[in-house]
Amino acid sequence: MSDAAHEPRQHYLNYDYSVRSWLLTTDHKRIAILYLMSISAFFVLGGVMAGLLRLELLTPHGDLVQAETYNKLFTMHGITMIFFFLIPSIPAVLGNFLVPIMIGARDLAFPKINLLSWYVYTLGAAFTVVAMVTGGVDTGWTFYTPYSSTYANSNVILAALGVFITGFSSILTGLNFVVTIHKMRAPGLTWFRLPLFIWAHYATSLIMLLGTPVIAITVLLVALERGLGIGIFDPNLGGDPVLFQHLFWFYSHPAVYIMILPAMGVMSELVACFSRKRVFGYDFVAFSSMAIAILGFLVWGHHMFVSSQSMYAGMIFSLLSFLVAIPSAIKVFNWTATMYKGSISLQTPMLYAFGFVGLFTIGGLTGLFLATLAVDVHVHDTYFVVAHFHYIMVGGAIMGYMGGLHFWWPKITGRMYSDAWGRLAAIILFVGFNLTFFPQFLMGFLGMPRRYHVYPPEFQMLNVLSSAGGAILGLGYLLPAFYLAWSIFKGKPAGDNPWGATGLEWQTPSPPPTFNFEQMPVVAEEAYAYDATPEGHRV
Amino acid sequence: MSEHSAQVAHHFEDAEQQHEASTLGMWAFLITEIMFFGGLFAGFFVYILGHAQAFAEGSRHLDLTLGTINTLVLLGSSLTMALAVRSAQQGRRQGQVLFLILTMTLGLVFLGIKGLEYAHKFEQHLVPGPLFRMEGPHAQFAQLFFSFYFAMTGVHALHMIVGVGLLAWLLVNALRGRYSAEYFTPVEVSGLYWHFVDVVWIFLFPTLYLVARHA
Amino acid sequence: MWPQVTHALRLIPEQASTIAGQVDALFLFLVAITVFFAGLIFLLVAVFALKYRRRSEDERPKAIHGSLVLEAFWTVVPLGIGLAIFVWGAYLYFVISRPPAAAMEVYVVGKQWMWKLQHPTGQREINELHVPVNRPVKLTMTSEDVIHSFYVPAFRIKADVVPGRYTNTWFEATKTGEYHLFCAEYCGTSHAVMGGRIVVMEPAEYERWLTGGVSTESLPAAGEALFARLACNTCHKTDGTGRGPSLVGQFGQTAKLASGETVGVDESYVRESILTPQAKIVSGFPPIMPTFKGLVTEDQLLQLVAYIKSLKTDGQAKP
Repeated sequence: MSDAAHEPRQHYLNYDYSVRSWLLTTDHKRIAILYLMSISAFFVLGGVMAGLLRLELLTPHGDLVQAETYNKLFTMHGITMIFFFLIPSIPAVLGNFLVPIMIGARDLAFPKINLLSWYVYTLGAAFTVVAMVTGGVDTGWTFYTPYSSTYANSNVILAALGVFITGFSSILTGLNFVVTIHKMRAPGLTWFRLPLFIWAHYATSLIMLLGTPVIAITVLLVALERGLGIGIFDPNLGGDPVLFQHLFWFYSHPAVYIMILPAMGVMSELVACFSRKRVFGYDFVAFSSMAIAILGFLVWGHHMFVSSQSMYAGMIFSLLSFLVAIPSAIKVFNWTATMYKGSISLQTPMLYAFGFVGLFTIGGLTGLFLATLAVDVHVHDTYFVVAHFHYIMVGGAIMGYMGGLHFWWPKITGRMYSDAWGRLAAIILFVGFNLTFFPQFLMGFLGMPRRYHVYPPEFQMLNVLSSAGGAILGLGYLLPAFYLAWSIFKGKPAGDNPWGATGLEWQTPSPPPTFNFEQMPVVAEEAYAYDATPEGHRV
Repeated sequence: MSEHSAQVAHHFEDAEQQHEASTLGMWAFLITEIMFFGGLFAGFFVYILGHAQAFAEGSRHLDLTLGTINTLVLLGSSLTMALAVRSAQQGRRQGQVLFLILTMTLGLVFLGIKGLEYAHKFEQHLVPGPLFRMEGPHAQFAQLFFSFYFAMTGVHALHMIVGVGLLAWLLVNALRGRYSAEYFTPVEVSGLYWHFVDVVWIFLFPTLYLVARHA
Repeated sequence: MWPQVTHALRLIPEQASTIAGQVDALFLFLVAITVFFAGLIFLLVAVFALKYRRRSEDERPKAIHGSLVLEAFWTVVPLGIGLAIFVWGAYLYFVISRPPAAAMEVYVVGKQWMWKLQHPTGQREINELHVPVNRPVKLTMTSEDVIHSFYVPAFRIKADVVPGRYTNTWFEATKTGEYHLFCAEYCGTSHAVMGGRIVVMEPAEYERWLTGGVSTESLPAAGEALFARLACNTCHKTDGTGRGPSLVGQFGQTAKLASGETVGVDESYVRESILTPQAKIVSGFPPIMPTFKGLVTEDQLLQLVAYIKSLKTDGQAKP
């Protein structure tokens, strides 16, 4: 199946170049590209905001922007990055593209609903952008009441509605994945032959379905309270402001698993391919994804240890939080064991995988600090928490996203990028990331609270280090934008399977034809059958 | 089952796969709806625990008669909906049309009665907000009760409206003879949706009109 | 020794309370665990990447499916370590959450964007709290508007300050000096400057500070005056002949309600009874007490609470 014999070949990108064919597409691969454009734009927006924040924090005084502006910046940075970048990222781009192909299907179960999910995302994004440009929101992405419902003087309702609408995009994506994975697997593809990427997306989709509606109703109630003056969370009217926190975190904790599970799915694929070995403990990794999804719904109160919730509730949430850490640890050990006696290749995607393992391990372990009741009392709402979640979200999830993007780029575009530039960018990212966020652990334990635009001078040195790191981090993200874009026009044609990987997606041309396969596949072996002899697994 | 008949979408292997996918899809969607309403019920139960008397006071202002009538109306509409699905399954066009129209009518009756209740509440100054007024010491927390009353029945009513819209679309297709024993999935999954909205009311009605009243 | 070193190296804040050293010890253990496991993983990945690097394109390593023993091992060991950390943390948290009985009480009201603190002896402070060293101090706190959080890094304590209810925390300072007070729950525009300092003094110096400055009446005395001015004493007569129950000696007891339940007479119950009197009526009394919502501020509520707390069985207010 060499590419030369097929040039020029019709595939999902070139069969129709019109704008209409893109905006009205029901092809999951094109929808994935639409999402890629949208989330990249929001990543840039969120990144610019982060840049401004770190710039302001170079000095202890508020000399760059006013307090109100700073508060709006960190709020909007959080909303943008979480709802408009991280939550969609891997599922809506890589998941949309790969789930049908990996299971040997022609498309997702509901292609029109897939397109609808992108339009819903865009509508929610529009509301949020309008909220931002017409004055901004300054409640923090967490919208705590009664500040958000009664006291804030910013575009809370618009932003809350933006988040509300976008949530449905998440729900529709999750729904599509669950039904597709259940009902549209190729003949012979039993559950335990599925790539772990699919298991991860299945678990993620369960969380999307069960968790997102709760935040939907919660932000809706805040909007109603603010707009109509009714009191649900307002203590002056008998409401309970802490009830908001329970409802909010009931979704927002599982949401972090929505952000990390897909990246873990990517990890399994990368480690297997670049060790040329099946994932060690496949069953355990698959079950761990499910365990994380289930346990993830039981720990929300660990965000509320000092909120005035009962001491006993705190203890239960703390215990459960230690339990939820275990499946993640199991995965890290299994990925490491996969490398044992493997055939390790250090190409770009594998470097991102290494970055993930290192940074996610640190991020996950620092989560234990926060699960520990007495320690959390001290570090809650300080930069320690900020460092922890950036290690997981950026060091983990975004590294996973970048690794996945670099791994499947040849399949998606039919082109290869420069591996040298790829590796350079990955290393720059790793260095920049640690310089940005490691000092924040120290800052936090020293007592610097978060969401502060000014701070006591003794924290300055650590802040300067962090901001310097931020500049390097920005460079690390800029580079792929260039060499990946360049590869679309000038990159070497990739061939069906440039990495020598297993998996149905590598058994079809790059880029794939519109209906994915010339002939629908039948599956007869386990996932990651790297030790099998057929020549088909090699380039 | 016919393979790739005109009504099987191209990405499905066969009609059976399409039918199973559609049904599972609707069940998955309904589970998200359970979580959506669940948040409201959770909030309500947290508050009634602390303010039982005030909530009882608020609940006593609700019109039990109209609420009961509405419950019967909705239960009836679930019956007619089930009959509509059966007619579609049996390919009986007249039955489909009749029962869909009946279901829509009952749905609209429900909404009308709800509207009447809302109008009454407005007159009695029981709509939460700056115009809320109630006698007695429990006014403050009773307002909280009414916030939940309007939020919960309002969101439910919105779902009803969507349901009626769905039925209208089904009706148009039924008149065109689109549904038969081979293909009646849209009617079936719409039926699931309609029954769900009914079930939510089965929980709403006792919670707001009965349990609270006697708290 | 090591706290001073690490503090000098700017790695930890000062340890200025009885709990700080204990929290830091647990923190250090967590650091050790983190360094160990992260180091282990880094090492293994590096070693494997080097030792098993791909030497030829034709390499085809043998599949290793897994090992039940290993899975059990690396499930149970982390679980055990995690549970140990949990127990340690929960125990310390238990201590942090329960103020000692004889603690000195201070009342705190947070509002956008300042802290108002009242000593029982009457001194009021804004954004500062003077306390004696080696004496437990219990803070009873509420907010006038949004949620704030009272955070003193040097003491390793933090508690949210919530409108509509009282929250508590406590500390016993072990070193004289001045320590940062931060608001640690985002509360609007000037959240970052809603701070101040805790000033810990030697006992003698603290006594001097108490008596110096403008002499103000003690909290219970202020509460007593308010009790009379708002005519509470017309129904809550101390001899029990009024339409409402006598409040003498009631604080700290359990009261039986008309509904049959019992309730502890604590700060929260007193506050609730003043603002929403119909919520929990004491058994045997008619539900006729009017609400004082809008007629008393949070500061005044704390004065009334302090007064009622001080009513021992002889009916006399204690300073």
